[in-house]
Amino acid sequence: VLASVPTFALEGVDAREVTVEVDARRGLPAFTVVGLPDTAVREARERVRSALLNSELEFPLQRLTVNLAPAWVRKAGASFDLAIAVGVLAASGQVPAAALADCAVSGELSLGGGLRPVRGALAIALGCRAAGIRRLVVAPEIAAEAALVDELEVCPVPSLARLVDLFHDRWAPDGPVPATTSHATLRAAPDLADVRGQADARRALEIAAAGGHSLLMVGPPGAGKTMLARRLPGILPAPTVAEALDITRVQSVAGISTGGLARERPFRAPHHTISAQGLVGGGARPRPGEVTLAHRGVLFLDELAEFARPALEALRQPLEHGSVEIVRGQVALRFPARVLLIAAANPCPCGVGGERCQCGVMTRERYRARLSGPLIDRIDLVCQLAPLAAAALAPGAASGESSDVVRTRVLAARERQSARRATTGAASNAELTPAATRRLVPLDDPAAQPLAGALDAGLLSGRGHDRVLRVARTIADLAGSDRVMGDHVAEALGYRAVAPGGAAV
Amino acid sequence: MSRACDSCLRRGYLVGLLSARIAGLVGAPRKPSQLLALDDAELATAVGGDGTKEALAFLGRFEPRRARADLRHAEVTAICRHHEGYPDGLGDLDDQPATLFCRGRVELLAALGEQPAVTVVGTRDATPYAIEVAYEIGRGLGVAGVATISGMALGVDGAAHRGALGARGATIAVLAGGPDFVYPRRHADLHRQIVEHGLAVSELPPGQRPYRWSFPARNRLMAALARMTVVVEAGEGSGTLITADFAQDLGRTLGVVPGQVSTRVAAGGNRLLREGAAVVRDATDVLDELFGVGGGVSAPRPVLPEPDVDPVEQRLLDAVEARLDLDAISTFAGLPVGEARTALARLETRGLVRRDGLFGWERARASH
Repeated sequence: VLASVPTFALEGVDAREVTVEVDARRGLPAFTVVGLPDTAVREARERVRSALLNSELEFPLQRLTVNLAPAWVRKAGASFDLAIAVGVLAASGQVPAAALADCAVSGELSLGGGLRPVRGALAIALGCRAAGIRRLVVAPEIAAEAALVDELEVCPVPSLARLVDLFHDRWAPDGPVPATTSHATLRAAPDLADVRGQADARRALEIAAAGGHSLLMVGPPGAGKTMLARRLPGILPAPTVAEALDITRVQSVAGISTGGLARERPFRAPHHTISAQGLVGGGARPRPGEVTLAHRGVLFLDELAEFARPALEALRQPLEHGSVEIVRGQVALRFPARVLLIAAANPCPCGVGGERCQCGVMTRERYRARLSGPLIDRIDLVCQLAPLAAAALAPGAASGESSDVVRTRVLAARERQSARRATTGAASNAELTPAATRRLVPLDDPAAQPLAGALDAGLLSGRGHDRVLRVARTIADLAGSDRVMGDHVAEALGYRAVAPGGAAV
Repeated sequence: MSRACDSCLRRGYLVGLLSARIAGLVGAPRKPSQLLALDDAELATAVGGDGTKEALAFLGRFEPRRARADLRHAEVTAICRHHEGYPDGLGDLDDQPATLFCRGRVELLAALGEQPAVTVVGTRDATPYAIEVAYEIGRGLGVAGVATISGMALGVDGAAHRGALGARGATIAVLAGGPDFVYPRRHADLHRQIVEHGLAVSELPPGQRPYRWSFPARNRLMAALARMTVVVEAGEGSGTLITADFAQDLGRTLGVVPGQVSTRVAAGGNRLLREGAAVVRDATDVLDELFGVGGGVSAPRPVLPEPDVDPVEQRLLDAVEARLDLDAISTFAGLPVGEARTALARLETRGLVRRDGLFGWERARASH
């Protein structure tokens, strides 16, 4: 007798449908698994046998052949246990074949017959919807996450025995699982009001948030670079439902999901010793890197100059395309990686900078060369932080605006950008194409005059030119202006990154 | 072109021929060995072994005519100690070079007899402060018509040369390799300017690379050529202190630019001050030491041409000059930070300020 059960294999952040076919026929008792299984999948035989027997079910003494289709996809991990067990039960007539129609299962089995959760519940649920499957059986722990997908009946099932009862209509799970999309109060996020002084950095942070521009903060240790960066998610717009699903899916695949819908944008701050693989993802069985974990959120690189050059090199492509592509064997995986990049660095190795710096010119030059390494042409804004003592003593330092106030302005600026989306095709100014940028600010515009001056003076490259215009567009949006004015362009020019030696970037 | 007699020329080429062997003999000297004081035959014997044989063979087969042709080809002038253009100051050395190989304005050497020159030296890994001071001293001396002598090294040396060149003043680079050998490579443009507007000299013939021993050896020439040596920034153990030692041994005036007492980078110079070296703050102090107070040609601090700016912009420029950070600049100029940045960017497009790498702003200067 032949049975087939749909289940899913994770590929990147997507779930690929895998059909588990079980053929049971008379012959010497045997249990073989084919279809590119790895060791963990082959070991499923032992778990399935024990789980069945310990659930008071019968393990057929027949010749059992399990095929995982499509056969050319590499299958890894224990998430096929449940599908194989259900296939065996169906092939041996212990569950009605009709019950299996339109139902996918995914889970690891314990020897006692219990169901264990698997990674990527949301991705699997999305895969079900895409494949037109109506019902999904998973362990109770991850049911809530799977239930975030509409038009899908999610059945939380604690054990194999209960699942058989479910298929025989002798038992039903406790009601439908509620989708945890309710907007409960956010965890108390750090507030910008805590930051004293640093007016310039606050302004830069606001522009970065408003237009999705990457930002490099340069300042001495203790000036509050990390403090400011951590407050960036708090002034970004809350994720839309689609974005939240996106964020949750990544977290679920990475095994760091909270079980419900992510309501906050991720903030990832990898240590500077991280490898290229840790940053952009990879490995024999590709795992998402930090840039993917920060998808739709903030990637904060503290001590930018200390990061290994290959790691930063690897970050260039994701920053440009908003995704990471990893090729393994015949499969190319795509991890999403749309991040807002925030970097921080000391002005020089001694950290003091300016007049009191005690570093020699050669030390400084080497440091600057490292700092302006591979990423400098991906940075839209560079701002300066004053040493804390001066900042705290500066008049009016105490009155920092709160995150709520700043976010209101950011939201208004984002609103203007969304309104233009139809014509520009960009969700934020940072994503504007060169053509769209030049349409928004024609070069013969008087506003572009400071820019023409900068180009003539050799202060700007062509790419840097578009970068400045995009930032200028955001500054104008923050000012509530439909037109980009000369002052907006000049301010954007003031924030641009400059390579050591003053070369145009 | 040559103003050297045959035997002196031969001596110059002999030192060049043996330079690699000398390196093997002296290892890493604080001061060059007594080798250079030996006469030709003694020197040939001193290097020993194959070197002796090679040296003796060279002394026998040396052809002055061909050497002179080579010099002409390399646009190098050789001046020997018997020629009137040879600087008197070197006579104070007991191992004075027989021949100086020169590239550039040779007349600068002869002029040393009438107008004293100043050697300005310091560490290669200089702080921005030291670079600034060295540049200003070189410029001030240039304005006053006093030649600046230095070693064309990175850091202080280069800044001093550039200051002098910026004021269209005379400058002499004493090199550790041949006069046409560019070292360090990063100073290729500086070497070109010095050869064009100033002078590069060496006791090694053209084409010679520098050796470890030839740096302290050229330091003795720098000290001997000048009436005064100014140390701008030197840590303990810096090669600059060798030049200072020579200057003192030769009875030349030694001046030192004070550095922060709490930093290592200026410790050597500060010790010299403590031991009695003259305090040098700027070119005027140097000129006072040379000619007596007010005796020299005064070197007024050249003022930048007043740019056409409004009062707010002037305050911005002053704040940038004081190297304030942007928050402080905006407070000082009475502008919100955004507007301060905007205004600075406009000043930048007008060429009045420029971005200091990734970090902040600085006043734009002519040929800095």
